[in-house]
Amino acid sequence: MTRFSLLALAREALGGHRGWQPHWRDATPRDFYEVVIVGGGGHGLATAYYLAKEFGITNVAVLEKGWIGNGNVGRNTTIIRSNYLLPGNVPFYELSMKLWEGLEQDFNYNAMVSQRGVLNLFHSDPQRDAYARRGNSMRLHGVDAELLDRDGVRAIAPFLNFDDARFPIQGGLLQPRGGTARHDAVAWGYSRGASLRGVDIIQNCEVTGLDVVQGRVIGVQTSRGPIRAGKVAMAVAGSTSRVAKMAGLTLPIESHVIQAFVSEGIKPLIPGVITFGAGHFYISQSDKGGLVFGGDVDGYNTYAQRGNLPVVEDVCEGGMALMPMIGRVRVLRNWGGLLDMSMDGSPIIDRSPIDGLYLNCGWCYGGFKATPGSGFCFAHLIAKDAPHPVAAAYRLDRYATGALIDEKGVGAHPNLH
Amino acid sequence: MTRLGSGGLIDRSQQLRFTFDGKSYAGHAGDTLASALVANDVKLVGRSFKYHRPRGILTAGAEEPNALVELGTGTRREPNTRATTVELFDGLVASSQNRWPTLALDLLSLNQLLSPFFVGGFYYKTFMWPASFWEKVYEPLIRRAAGLGRASGLPDPDAYEKATAFCDVLVIGSGPAGLMAARTAARAGARVILCEDDFRLGGRLLAERVEVEGRPGAEFARSVEDELAAMPEVRIFRRTQVFGTYDGGTYGALERVADHLLAPPPGVPRQRLWHIVARRCVNAMGAVERPIAFADNDRPGVMLAAAVRTYVNRFAALPARRAVVFTTTDDGWRTAQDLIAAGAEVSAVVDPRREVPDSIMAPLARSGARLLRAAKVTRAIGGSSGVKAVEVAQGGSLLRIEADGLAVSGGWNPQVGLTTHKGSRARWSPELSTFVPGSLPEGMRVAGAVSGDYGLSACLRAGHDAGSAAAQDCGFAAASPDVPRAEDEPIAVAPLWHVTGGRGKSFVDQQNDVTVKDVEIAWREGFRAVEHLKRYTTLGMATDQGKTSNVVGHAIMAELTGRPMEDVGTTVTRPPHLPVAIGAFAGRHRGRHFKPTRYVSGHDWALRHGATMVDAGQWLRPQWFSAPGETDWLTSVIREVKTTRLAVGVCDVSTLGKIDIKGKDAGVFLDRVYINRFSTLPVGKARYGIMLREDGFVMDDGTTARLGPMHYVMSTTTANAGKVMQHLEFYHQVVWPELDIAMVSVTEHWAQYAVAGPRSREVIQAIYGTAADVSNGSFPYLACREIMLGEIPTRLFRLSFSGEMAFEIAIPARYGESLLGELLREAVGRGGCAYGTEALGVMRVEKGHVAGNELNGQTVVRDLGLGRMASSEKDYVGRIMAGRPALVASDRPTLVGVQPVDSKQRLRAGAHVLALGAATTAENDVGYVTSVVYSPTVGSWIGLALVKGGTAQVGTRMRAYDPVRNGDIEVNLVSPIFVDPKGERLHG
Amino acid sequence: MRIPCPYCGSRDLSEFVYHGDAAPKRPDPAAENASELFYTYVYLRENPAGPLRELWYHASGCRSWLIVTRDTRTHDIAGAVLAMESAS
Repeated sequence: MTRFSLLALAREALGGHRGWQPHWRDATPRDFYEVVIVGGGGHGLATAYYLAKEFGITNVAVLEKGWIGNGNVGRNTTIIRSNYLLPGNVPFYELSMKLWEGLEQDFNYNAMVSQRGVLNLFHSDPQRDAYARRGNSMRLHGVDAELLDRDGVRAIAPFLNFDDARFPIQGGLLQPRGGTARHDAVAWGYSRGASLRGVDIIQNCEVTGLDVVQGRVIGVQTSRGPIRAGKVAMAVAGSTSRVAKMAGLTLPIESHVIQAFVSEGIKPLIPGVITFGAGHFYISQSDKGGLVFGGDVDGYNTYAQRGNLPVVEDVCEGGMALMPMIGRVRVLRNWGGLLDMSMDGSPIIDRSPIDGLYLNCGWCYGGFKATPGSGFCFAHLIAKDAPHPVAAAYRLDRYATGALIDEKGVGAHPNLH
Repeated sequence: MTRLGSGGLIDRSQQLRFTFDGKSYAGHAGDTLASALVANDVKLVGRSFKYHRPRGILTAGAEEPNALVELGTGTRREPNTRATTVELFDGLVASSQNRWPTLALDLLSLNQLLSPFFVGGFYYKTFMWPASFWEKVYEPLIRRAAGLGRASGLPDPDAYEKATAFCDVLVIGSGPAGLMAARTAARAGARVILCEDDFRLGGRLLAERVEVEGRPGAEFARSVEDELAAMPEVRIFRRTQVFGTYDGGTYGALERVADHLLAPPPGVPRQRLWHIVARRCVNAMGAVERPIAFADNDRPGVMLAAAVRTYVNRFAALPARRAVVFTTTDDGWRTAQDLIAAGAEVSAVVDPRREVPDSIMAPLARSGARLLRAAKVTRAIGGSSGVKAVEVAQGGSLLRIEADGLAVSGGWNPQVGLTTHKGSRARWSPELSTFVPGSLPEGMRVAGAVSGDYGLSACLRAGHDAGSAAAQDCGFAAASPDVPRAEDEPIAVAPLWHVTGGRGKSFVDQQNDVTVKDVEIAWREGFRAVEHLKRYTTLGMATDQGKTSNVVGHAIMAELTGRPMEDVGTTVTRPPHLPVAIGAFAGRHRGRHFKPTRYVSGHDWALRHGATMVDAGQWLRPQWFSAPGETDWLTSVIREVKTTRLAVGVCDVSTLGKIDIKGKDAGVFLDRVYINRFSTLPVGKARYGIMLREDGFVMDDGTTARLGPMHYVMSTTTANAGKVMQHLEFYHQVVWPELDIAMVSVTEHWAQYAVAGPRSREVIQAIYGTAADVSNGSFPYLACREIMLGEIPTRLFRLSFSGEMAFEIAIPARYGESLLGELLREAVGRGGCAYGTEALGVMRVEKGHVAGNELNGQTVVRDLGLGRMASSEKDYVGRIMAGRPALVASDRPTLVGVQPVDSKQRLRAGAHVLALGAATTAENDVGYVTSVVYSPTVGSWIGLALVKGGTAQVGTRMRAYDPVRNGDIEVNLVSPIFVDPKGERLHG
Repeated sequence: MRIPCPYCGSRDLSEFVYHGDAAPKRPDPAAENASELFYTYVYLRENPAGPLRELWYHASGCRSWLIVTRDTRTHDIAGAVLAMESAS
């Protein structure tokens, strides 16, 4: 495979682009792999990439039931940030952010990582203090955070509704290093990087069973036949319960749908990512010009990748309340992604009760920004059989011990996180 | 002008003036913007997304990829508006977009020179060197070049509305199938809603020279419309697009109420969002024609063949005077006939098929047109001003045919969108060479071209049958069959996706500038799944969502991979079927009406008394009352606190949740939901209670009073009132249905006022006079009683949040304002005042009471110093889970008071607590400040904090670190109770 | 989505609040292994892809808790009963 460079580009442009090769090998399954990763989404592919690159484990297969990147890595609203509150979360998301910052050079693929800033607005004194608490926590963890007053917000986003609002904007918490990335390219870049290092990317290969013998996983059954494995790693957010069930596991997870929206392409209108603090709405603008936005989960358990009108309206109401200039911009496409909603709103990266079976799940609606960190830490766990220090809190047993990571403080109600 | 002298469904008596790019034109009522542009011989309408290629009008419908304009000006500017569906009105202003400086001379068309680089997927391989250039250089350039039209950037001035409609049968589309479905269902007696996106009913009946029952199609459509309009159970929604299929027979639809006017009249919304709840649905959305990819197939003047017929027949506007028709379908030939009938010249009809039925060729035999079989158009020759000639390959030779327009017909794409929104996939039909609906959403039928029935007679019959079946499903007897008589025109199609050999770009997706070559590159680079193809090349992701282009692109991929179309499949369509304005989804919920506002009954009273109001959830509460001369909030709050502590203050606490709980098991129930006991509470007494979630964390607090043996009234925090009600109903209805209790929220029924301070008893006594004795002996701390105040029932409680002797008095809400006035009069007479939520907060912090900032869902009772309240003699919600190791760990942060060492320094909530001298790192973070107030009693800012090992740390000096506000001060950790630690005052 | 409330009739989704799987039953707090039972009750979910009996609260209606049988793959609703009158 050619390394992407200006020279390669010029050569191909003159040669009618006939020399390009597939970005990753479309591999066929072999009998045995040291590590089988179930799920060819962002996290699974990143895990494979880091297993190969950081830990030298290349006898790896990524099994994807459809086409790679067809899960949440291809259906999210592309935001990257590390503006978390709790010590169980901040170091992990900051590691992820650092990986984003070097990602394109690292895997030689333009994922259009764009640090245009993430601004969370507040609308009341208690909300301001809660954001101050969070911003201070970020600073203590070495993460960039700025608390803006109303004028500070106005300087960044003069088009917001400052004057006729039900819940007037008082200020915002800004993470300047936050931003967006081109989601599909993340999956492709990791695939390419992993494939170059010898990983087998196997599409149209659905896992139909996990082979567990005497408490140890020894392989998987797939739509393309059985595959033996030294270790099996699950990265199937949205379908975690279904796959875990194959090994007899019941997890603290429910599947929910979150809807996302893109508008018709328009000339630049929105500077970075903006999150409404008094409603369910956040927004950014893609490089192509579409406004990309979303809000709350639909709220009911589902395996259908689609939602219903009440949330569509709720999101747009938030949008119009916050920035009434988007009223005549049209929603072009509205889709749903399946989420693993965990019981405390935070993910699980841990060994499972079955030897050799590793869990990476419970990402709620925050999986995309975690992709590099998740892959890195999951690879660490699989390779060393010990958690990476920044992901050490993401234990499966924390629900039993009470060491929860509940940023919102809403308790064991998955749809409220 | 290319307007024909007669014919068409336009009202020539009404001339409408409009401008395009500043130039003035005229059209007629009944025109679309596109038809008026065609009639004015305007060929160049827009520029493409990436290469800025000149583009004209390709279609006559909502599938239009090219003719997108900015409609309107100023606050009403609407980007990316399809000229083909804009109903012309007098004064319409439209501008082309994505060009600079002008449409004719667009300097960004230089991008075409770089097109060897700008192929599909190009971005992913480059712009990485040097690393820092992406955000600073490349991305801003790309962003500026991307996008199409410009949004106004100003608040949308128009109103939007939402409504719900119910019917037995929803019919979508008013072409021959839809009209028949609606008529048949309505005749059977069903309540019918007929939705048509166009401003005129009839669909293709308006655009084709066909006859039904011996009458012109448009006339027939009109007669059915008249019949439907006269039926009381039928509603016809014109200008209404059904955009989405949702669960439970709900359909989303958008009615463009006033888009055909310069501005909505006063009181009229611009658009209305409908939820249509239908027992059955007949989807008769029809099909759209697809183009064929050949070199420079995007030149202005290249138009789909059916669109040419629409402009000629419906709008009496001639897109070409001398045309070539390139068709792989039988019906494409009709375009040649219609052009000739309208007086245009047809230079040639080019059909790649070897065999073409005589019946369709015969009418053209003497027309002078060259009828070329087994021939293909390889290239459209021309520039931004339009097509000049067409290059045709036939049997190895290349012909050049002069023409000023090229009509193209590559077959039809049924509009399957609404059939797939609930998750089913479209199915490839090898017979029809197109995707047709797969399994249908429950309750939906398809009829007509949407299901691949293209012939007129077939459409009429299918519509009739579907309407009849839908009505029968709803329990209506079938009306006697009545299918109008019509011809089934020849409709055969031989698929042809692209033509090779021509020099120039062959476009698949014209709006996103995706070419045949881009599809090949995607194939070469491994992006072979149709979703990969879409995402890598952006095929089908433009504002038209690939309505004309997707199938062509997927078919080319099928050729490249050697797989049948059944396997290759097509991409998933998502709602909305057509783009919908964000404003329409929001409706009235914007500005101050974003969420409801809840007013206390003393709201106006408070405003009259100088109150500044603050949001508390949806409620508005007085935050403080400015006395004459007071200009800053702190002065007012300090006065309110001092006055209350020295004399008496009155505060509106009506927003606290109130729940009446009755029944013989009420006490048992409360014992189970509170950590402490209420069954033993004597009648006439109140008690502070804490309830947990089942996971052991604190959920809410408040006082519950026992008004009678089987009657309690619970108070909750303002924020959690609804949540607590739901929680209680859950445990009552789901967990312990055997308990004999009933409950009701009475938050809004009772206005409630706190009267606090050493002289509060005098005020209360003055209100009740002889009706009640509220002396300490008769009405001690935590007493409660129902007392009649004349005819009016009241509830009196001896409760204190401030630490002072205090009462809360509840009265039916309609008397609230009046009682408030009396309370304040009595208070003022004793040196008292009204106080707001700020002073309330000051006094509760001074007293060390926890509130929302501490009850943040992450704390357990021990953290808050309330562990001793938990009963060890009974079970309660949350008890077991509260015993988990991490919830009883000794290093959990617990509640302490904090006070700046230097009393002049400002403390702020949200600051983190660190040991003095410790490095500012997360490892040294031992807690945070939850609440801060300025305490006039203490004489400094004070706060509450949750600090690891808190209670044991009282007396130490620490650091309150607040870098986001540049705060970093030394504080003393102190007892959280700053005032009257022994509680003597409240018992006074 | 429309939910057939036994009291109020067919009503739009927006009137309801979702709770989740109706199968977990609050365990006996006096059981010897109560912590384990409560952990399972509070945190573990079968989360099936298919028919699910689940709890909904008609918050903007009659305030009834309902048990709705709904397929999580299709959202098709087979029926709804009042939780109080549900035998289970």
